[in-house]
Amino acid sequence: MKDKNELIKEQILYQSGVNVRKCMRCGKCSGTCPGYDEMEYHPHQFVYLVETGDIEPLLKSESLYKCLSCFACVDRCPRGVEPAKIIEAVRLTVIRQQGKNKLTPDDIPAVIDDDIPQQALVSAYRKFTR
Amino acid sequence: MKFIYYPGCTLKNKAKNFDIDARNCAKILGFELIEVDDFQCCGGVFTTSADEIATKLSAVRALKAAKKAGLPLVTVCSACHNVIKQTDHAMKNDPVFADRVNGYINDGDDYHGETKVYHYLEVLRDITGFDKVKEKVKYPLDMNVGAYYGCLMLRPGAVMETDDPENPQIMEQLIKTLGGRPVDYGMKNECCGGYVTVTDPGFAQKRSKAVYESAKKAGAEIIVTACPLCRYNLTKNGADIPVLYFTQLMAKALIGEKNER
Ligand code: SF4
Ligand code: SF4
Repeated sequence: MKDKNELIKEQILYQSGVNVRKCMRCGKCSGTCPGYDEMEYHPHQFVYLVETGDIEPLLKSESLYKCLSCFACVDRCPRGVEPAKIIEAVRLTVIRQQGKNKLTPDDIPAVIDDDIPQQALVSAYRKFTR
Repeated sequence: MKFIYYPGCTLKNKAKNFDIDARNCAKILGFELIEVDDFQCCGGVFTTSADEIATKLSAVRALKAAKKAGLPLVTVCSACHNVIKQTDHAMKNDPVFADRVNGYINDGDDYHGETKVYHYLEVLRDITGFDKVKEKVKYPLDMNVGAYYGCLMLRPGAVMETDDPENPQIMEQLIKTLGGRPVDYGMKNECCGGYVTVTDPGFAQKRSKAVYESAKKAGAEIIVTACPLCRYNLTKNGADIPVLYFTQLMAKALIGEKNER
């Protein structure tokens, strides 16, 4: 029987559609990532740790919420790996669990000001809640 | 020429001027924007996960409305444009996804990417033509303008196909057409911080500052964008030069300052 970790890995690979084995570990994705300084695990490490099945540390990391979905890593990866899709799949693994939403309605009043566009709130909701 | 127009939620609310100027300029340039009936918010960002269906239905409905009308679909907001283009691409190229969506909507008219989707800027470039826009300029701009693309309008490049994602020129072409001087700067296609402004404002501030400082250093007197969230982030995080929508810049040149809101 497959262990839990293997099932999570399979699910992440399915959701992201990414072939992690194409990665040649050049680090270009991380070099171009605007979230680099804020992240404990960087885009190339997400790809590597999913490949090796060492996913537990990623599930616990705040780095999941530092990706801006800017797709710079996707467009600039020389191997077409699309690291952002891996990060999204790992994040979904976490926030789809009961009580694991990163953003709750209680958080909203504090961040609202007169100018904030609807787009900011709907986007944050879509990325950080299930 | 007629288009089905998808303004999106933000243009009905915090970014009304973006919408009003888009409509006013379209009238002057001779194309008609027919708003999609009862459109629903696109959700702001595309979810890349293969098993996400519900979050993409509003984009599919807009695409289907245009298909039914037999007209192309046009957007102005970069975020709507990104979500609609990525959804359209998936409907065209991912048969499993398309089957599930069509099965869910189940209205006897399956969608497989038949609608042509334009960003308003693409309409100006590819249909109206910048030379025709130029003929309508009454008040040529006399200023250095930093075109700010951010990420959503350009990436993923293979799907968006708006322009070269590493060296886009479409807004620069518009700025020149309007009599302005585009300035080139390194951060024009890097992210402003986007939605993390909600969960991590300090992080968004760093990203936004890097963008407007880069534009200012290159000599920009104003910045133009096609994204309400970019505009919000840059303005809120201390840009001390005006940040306008590209449609506002156009209205300045075609209609004049009186039009400013
Ligand atoms: S840029 Fe692509 S190939 Fe290079 S480390 Fe990142 S994912 Fe791997
Ligand atoms: S999509 Fe996320 S991981 Fe990729 S470059 Fe942008 S912020 Fe970094």
